[in-house]
Amino acid sequence: MPGLDIFEEANRQLIICNACRYCEGYCPVFRAIETRRDFEQGDVFYLSNLCHDCRACYYACMFTPPHEFAINIPQILAQARVETYGRWSWPDFLGRAFKNRSVTVTLATSVAGLVAILALLFIPSENLFTQHLGPGAFYEVVPYIAMVVGAMILFFYGIAVWLNGGSRFWRETSTAVSGSGGAKALFTAMGAVLGLRYLKGGGPGCFYPDERPSSVRRFYHSLTFWGLLSDFVSTTLAFIYQDFFHILPPYSLASGPVVFGTIGGVAIIIGTGGLIYFKVRSDRAPAEGAAVGMDYVFLVTLGLAALTGMLTLILRATSAMGTILVLHLASIAALFLSAPYGKFVHAVYRTLAILRYEVEQAQPHEHVGH
Amino acid sequence: MSEIYDVIVVGGGNAAMCAALQARGAGRSVIVLERAGEDMRGGNTRHTRNIRCSHAEADQFFSGPYSEEEYLKDLIGVTGGPENMDLAKMAIRESSSLPAWMSKHGVHWQQPLAGTLHLGRTNRWFLGGGKALLNTYFLAAKRMGIAVRYNALVEDFVIENDKFEAVRLKNENGGELVRGRSVVVAAGGYEANIEWLKRNWGDAAENFIVRGTPFNDGVMLAALMKNGAKSIGDPKGFHAIAVDARAPKFDGGIVTRLDVVPFGIVVNRDARRFYDEGEDIWPKRYAIWGTLIAGQPGQIAYGVVDAKAIHRFLPPMFKPFQADTLEALAPQLGLDDRTFVETVTQYNQATAGNTELRMDRLDDNCTKGIAPPKSHWAMPVDRPPFYALPLRPGITFTYMGVEVDDCARVVDTHGKPFPNIFAAGEIMSGNILTKGYLGGFGLTIGSVFGRLAGREAANSARS
Repeated sequence: MPGLDIFEEANRQLIICNACRYCEGYCPVFRAIETRRDFEQGDVFYLSNLCHDCRACYYACMFTPPHEFAINIPQILAQARVETYGRWSWPDFLGRAFKNRSVTVTLATSVAGLVAILALLFIPSENLFTQHLGPGAFYEVVPYIAMVVGAMILFFYGIAVWLNGGSRFWRETSTAVSGSGGAKALFTAMGAVLGLRYLKGGGPGCFYPDERPSSVRRFYHSLTFWGLLSDFVSTTLAFIYQDFFHILPPYSLASGPVVFGTIGGVAIIIGTGGLIYFKVRSDRAPAEGAAVGMDYVFLVTLGLAALTGMLTLILRATSAMGTILVLHLASIAALFLSAPYGKFVHAVYRTLAILRYEVEQAQPHEHVGH
Repeated sequence: MSEIYDVIVVGGGNAAMCAALQARGAGRSVIVLERAGEDMRGGNTRHTRNIRCSHAEADQFFSGPYSEEEYLKDLIGVTGGPENMDLAKMAIRESSSLPAWMSKHGVHWQQPLAGTLHLGRTNRWFLGGGKALLNTYFLAAKRMGIAVRYNALVEDFVIENDKFEAVRLKNENGGELVRGRSVVVAAGGYEANIEWLKRNWGDAAENFIVRGTPFNDGVMLAALMKNGAKSIGDPKGFHAIAVDARAPKFDGGIVTRLDVVPFGIVVNRDARRFYDEGEDIWPKRYAIWGTLIAGQPGQIAYGVVDAKAIHRFLPPMFKPFQADTLEALAPQLGLDDRTFVETVTQYNQATAGNTELRMDRLDDNCTKGIAPPKSHWAMPVDRPPFYALPLRPGITFTYMGVEVDDCARVVDTHGKPFPNIFAAGEIMSGNILTKGYLGGFGLTIGSVFGRLAGREAANSARS
């Protein structure tokens, strides 16, 4: 079983970490290690998703290669993490995307291509390439019903795969304690997620893109995350405008959907751009190839969706609107469909891992000391 | 003609980097000559995790005050008194300025590691441990324009009329001179030089494990002594703890130590107990077991515990030997099973009446009527499965070094200091530590004398 080696290797390394504990100040992974003695597959599932790949431990470790102990926690946990992403995906043949990024790329481009071809086939060219102004302008190019049905199917499909994966995470990860942490654990966990607390490397920042601690990764990740949320708010507002107040888009520049959409779009473009820029420059020694590839696919897909969205806004009063709208919808479709099969899933598993950590920490446990 | 540096620093650990940063901060040109490659730079500092500092009051990281008087008392308590009281007092006095100086150079701090709360008042933990500390110092060195050469093995000094002129680097072309106006030697001890250890310990030294860097082979200490430096400290003395016998010969660091001793019994190659396993609380007890095992036949011993105790101490890196009966455990260790069972049985009979183990204090659960006794935590080893961990002496550092004066200048055999040769860190810690150890004090000596040596070297280079 090729997967088994990763977990045996993770167990070997984690046992050494547990005998050392110098990295305890960096992140929850090491504090979670200390409540365990052996690392079964379920423990590694959990710890690998708790790891934020901040790499502080890699640069601090005196046992990294060429030392014979050959410790490289960010790398082995990234390998295990990719395994868990595939394991908890559905259906199986799409779950393979996690091992082979060409599957994700093929999936995303073929969906985007399909949308574009459908558009070309069904939209009369005089509609596609002419100027549309006034309420309902977008729907003169792509009918409302096509947009809504397409988006809803992809959206709820993605959510369903996520929920399925999340519930498998909760069942299959081992926990060191029983009991719940109550509201406090949930509250603390959400704070850690929203504030990206564990991208701080225990204080000085992520060791990213190299051995110097810095806050660049947390900054650009925050822009991306809050940008995404802002765009979600924009979409929700637009839905309310249209279906409750019966005001059809395009909306004015000062309207809620456009303001939130613009903030979000710009934030995502800068955020994903920054993350890609630093990833290109990042040290590969603590990295795992499959994970890095997955990150790029996700960042590019997300960045393109935001970029085409902004272009749609800029060009909406011109005859290019039809083309760019189709491109935007195609990129959104690609983003939605690849969401359950790419890096996007880390939002689900890492959140749950942090919640599990807070629940564990809320329970009394004996510390076996030095 | 090659460049003449104001200050040459030999070594790349904490003391060396403190000296380099201090001298560069004073505006001198500085080069660090590190024997190891970049991956393994930093000597034994790689394996450190905290520093002991005096301070008047509690703060975010110290749980309470720690006066200079108390610090000195602690030092005298574990070492029996420093070799040079003035230097010891200076180290303690200056230690209070270290946290701010370290922070200034980019060091981050953290709360004491779980299970080390007893040190939280006296010691300060730098985030991530010694290698993270070194990374911070090397980054600061880069920012400040300090030259660093890795894989630079200094073999000897060029000294003319008692004045340092250059160091001789080993290379394929038969040597290269690096010239300087002063030199700080912070190149560690000689604990990784097994041949040197054998001069004092005989073949037993073959069975010692060196916990730290393989690069501390004492080349610089020998070179200084050859050039007339006066040595200080017991040449046979080293600090050693019990480590797993399966540990690598060098550089296993913290993870190979075993906390098994007080939780059960320790037998030697003859399957006999040989010392009181429950003599004293951990920090004091910890340090003697390396030397105790070094005195046993074959320099090996076995810590034996039962199912009650195995989960009471820090999980070991290597899996314990395990068996359902004592008879089955003995052959796994290569011990005579009859003697082994007899030893455990006698011990168990001597623990009669002891019911509850209390590790948070000296619990007075002692054995009765056997020699050696076990003074505390003497619970029977009777609940299967039984576990054993093989133990060997793991050397942390050696005590012998070169004598220095209160400017960190190396002193010659006539008691006269070399004007521009300075020493810092483990190579001169014998001026203060003669035996025993106080956790976090090695880094204090290295930091205080590293800074002092850097400052004095900078001054001497100017004059």
